[in-house]
Amino acid sequence: MKIRVALAGNPNVGKSVVFNNLTGGHQHIGNWPGKTIDKAEGTVNYKGNEIYVIDLPGTYSLTAYSAEELIARDYIIQEKPDVVINIVDASNLERNLYLTLQLLELGANVIIALNKMDLAERENVKIDIERLEKKLGIPIIPMVAPKKEGMKELLDAIIKYAKKSVKREMNYNEKIERYIDEVEKIIEGKLEGFDKRWIAIKILENDKEVKKKIGKDLLSQCEEIREKMNKNVGDPEIALADARYQLIKDICGDVLTKERKVTVSDIIDSVLLDKFFGIPIFVSILWMIFQFGFMVSAPFCDFLGDGFAALSSVLSGATGIQWFDYLFFGDYGVLNGIGMVLSFVLLIILLYFALSLVEDFGYMARAAFLMDKIMRKLGLSGRAIIPMILGFGCNVPAIYATRMIPDEKDRLVAIVTNPLMLCGARLVFFSAIVGAVFGKAGGDVILSLYLLGIVLAFIVAIILRKTILKGRVSPFILELPPYQMPVPKVSLSKAWQRGKLFFTKAGKVVLPGILILGILLITSTSFTYTENAEESLAAAIGKAFLPIVAPLGWDWRLLVAALFGIVAKEIVLGASALLYGASEETIATTMASMYTPLQMYSYMVFILIYVPCIVTIGAIKQEAGSKWAIFTLIYGIILAYIMAWVVLGFGHLMGVV
Amino acid sequence: MIPLAMAPEGKILRIVGIRGGRGIMQRLMELGLVPGSTIRVIKSTGRGPILLEVKGSRIALGRGISMKLLVEVR
Ligand SMILES: Nc1nc2c(ncn2[C@@H]2O[C@H](COP(=O)(O)OP(=O)(O)OP(=O)(O)O)[C@@H](O)[C@H]2O)c(=O)[nH]1
Ligand SMILES: [Mg+2]
Repeated sequence: MKIRVALAGNPNVGKSVVFNNLTGGHQHIGNWPGKTIDKAEGTVNYKGNEIYVIDLPGTYSLTAYSAEELIARDYIIQEKPDVVINIVDASNLERNLYLTLQLLELGANVIIALNKMDLAERENVKIDIERLEKKLGIPIIPMVAPKKEGMKELLDAIIKYAKKSVKREMNYNEKIERYIDEVEKIIEGKLEGFDKRWIAIKILENDKEVKKKIGKDLLSQCEEIREKMNKNVGDPEIALADARYQLIKDICGDVLTKERKVTVSDIIDSVLLDKFFGIPIFVSILWMIFQFGFMVSAPFCDFLGDGFAALSSVLSGATGIQWFDYLFFGDYGVLNGIGMVLSFVLLIILLYFALSLVEDFGYMARAAFLMDKIMRKLGLSGRAIIPMILGFGCNVPAIYATRMIPDEKDRLVAIVTNPLMLCGARLVFFSAIVGAVFGKAGGDVILSLYLLGIVLAFIVAIILRKTILKGRVSPFILELPPYQMPVPKVSLSKAWQRGKLFFTKAGKVVLPGILILGILLITSTSFTYTENAEESLAAAIGKAFLPIVAPLGWDWRLLVAALFGIVAKEIVLGASALLYGASEETIATTMASMYTPLQMYSYMVFILIYVPCIVTIGAIKQEAGSKWAIFTLIYGIILAYIMAWVVLGFGHLMGVV
Repeated sequence: MIPLAMAPEGKILRIVGIRGGRGIMQRLMELGLVPGSTIRVIKSTGRGPILLEVKGSRIALGRGISMKLLVEVR
């Protein structure tokens, strides 16, 4: 049998964990609300049934006021899934049941997956499941999704109730039911395919989408009742919300026992959200993430780099074809180039790992809370700090994460400024060269680049807010989830999932890029083989464009590396290997001998700001449209050019040579 | 009756009214911030956002909204 199942629930209740468990998918999981905004789909075969599962965006309710809520409810109304699994957070039962009641209003065939049972226990919340089942009249499966507890029971329930619908009507208090009944009578038999009770409730709630479906005559009759209700019981929207919460209170009365006491989260919050220390702590946490990445990966990175260099020198001369050996295994060869990039894989994965830990701990929403006041002044929503932090890993998932910002303009500002966050790919290049060029000051140089990116993002945001994206930042409303001890295995597998992108990129983008550069470097302008880079095609191309960057004082090598880096920023490092020499040390010392530290710094500033990599541009195009993708591209190049030039000029002024 | 933004930390409060558009009102109500319900201020940060306990969950509200929610101390 084919069964279609939809997962619905409040944000952050564990829908995606359940989805991934069921389908083997890789939906983004983390301890902050609003990660899944689009519908994700997958299938699972169980006991001869083909179960099609869809992960709906997390919502607190099903009104017509927000995009996610419309996506979720339209899916249920139009696609009529056989079963709706309502994932409910056991540690937060009352609030979660508000959505449950609305799913029942819709006439959906609902099963409750009562998730986070472990958390409920930790917080001394006790639920009498049998009694709750009886009162709601629908099946309830207790679960701890990350431990896969309750998954089998859930699958069995899906199969059982797909055939036998448990449709159930919940009645609110008499005062309100009167009006629902009256509207129901008016629309009786007039609307095919909709649950009439639901339509009646939505009309009373003045739902603009539902009202569109109803003829003028009917509507004006209904409006009369709405008016009457307004006069007698007050604002119908408030009255209905109140009625739902009243019913929930009645249901929970002898089902739920909570021992109110100070929770661990309260204690942690009293420190991390401190008025004075909150933001300094936030900054130190970021600093620790990077320190952790650097310190742990450094030895491994050197080791891998040496390994590739050794491999190269062993293989050189292997084929006996001179140009081939030189192109692939030479000191300036492709193998060295790609090896250089790959040797940083641990840094990337550790960075993702540390970011995942912070995310799974529950700190992201806190960062938004802490930064809201400052961000608001700069024209960004406090929520925008979350994609910014994720951008320090990779801008691509960060761009997708901006979906948790509800307002369109707020979100566009966040998308367009995100590439200014110094991502792992750029970090790879910077960390490879700062040591030799700047000596002990290398760490500070990288720190200054991080800060520069952040400051520029804020400046761009302010300018956008005053010009093409005028408007006020939308209000800040965010649920802060309870803190959770991150499970290292989970965070690690997540880091690995994202780290895999680094490998894919290395194979699909970096390697071809470097290979093309390599070929251009061994081909002379008269199309013969050459080992003298100065007379190569690459040099000719670089020199042709040199006048454009004359004010920046570049030579053709810097230009060629930057040109190739348009595709992916890792290429800048790989290309450097082909242009300057075999190992990280050689590159850095060659560069140090060819350029002054000031020139190098100005170049790094350029690389930081100019075009985001191709994949990021693609993500921006997908999320905001071509217009904004092109805009980001162009402002990036202009800003990079100006900043690189300013750095040079300022340096000269200060007497740095 | 005072705006929530002015409410003292730690006190149990009752929501009296919500001023503001329909959209905002619905978003607050779905989080449990319905007129008549009780809440507690966990943390207020001067001119920044405010952290509330609402029906067992922690809800952060920006300064703009917390000025629009009217509460009374119980
Ligand atoms: N302790 C505990 N944590 C859980 C449980 N289920 C999920 N979590 C955690 O809750 C957080 C949210 O899980 P997700 O699956 O990302 O939640 P979601 O409902 O998809 O969230 P959105 O997509 O943001 O709406 C993650 O940190 C999970 O590890 C559970 O049963 N117990
Ligand atoms: Mg999700």
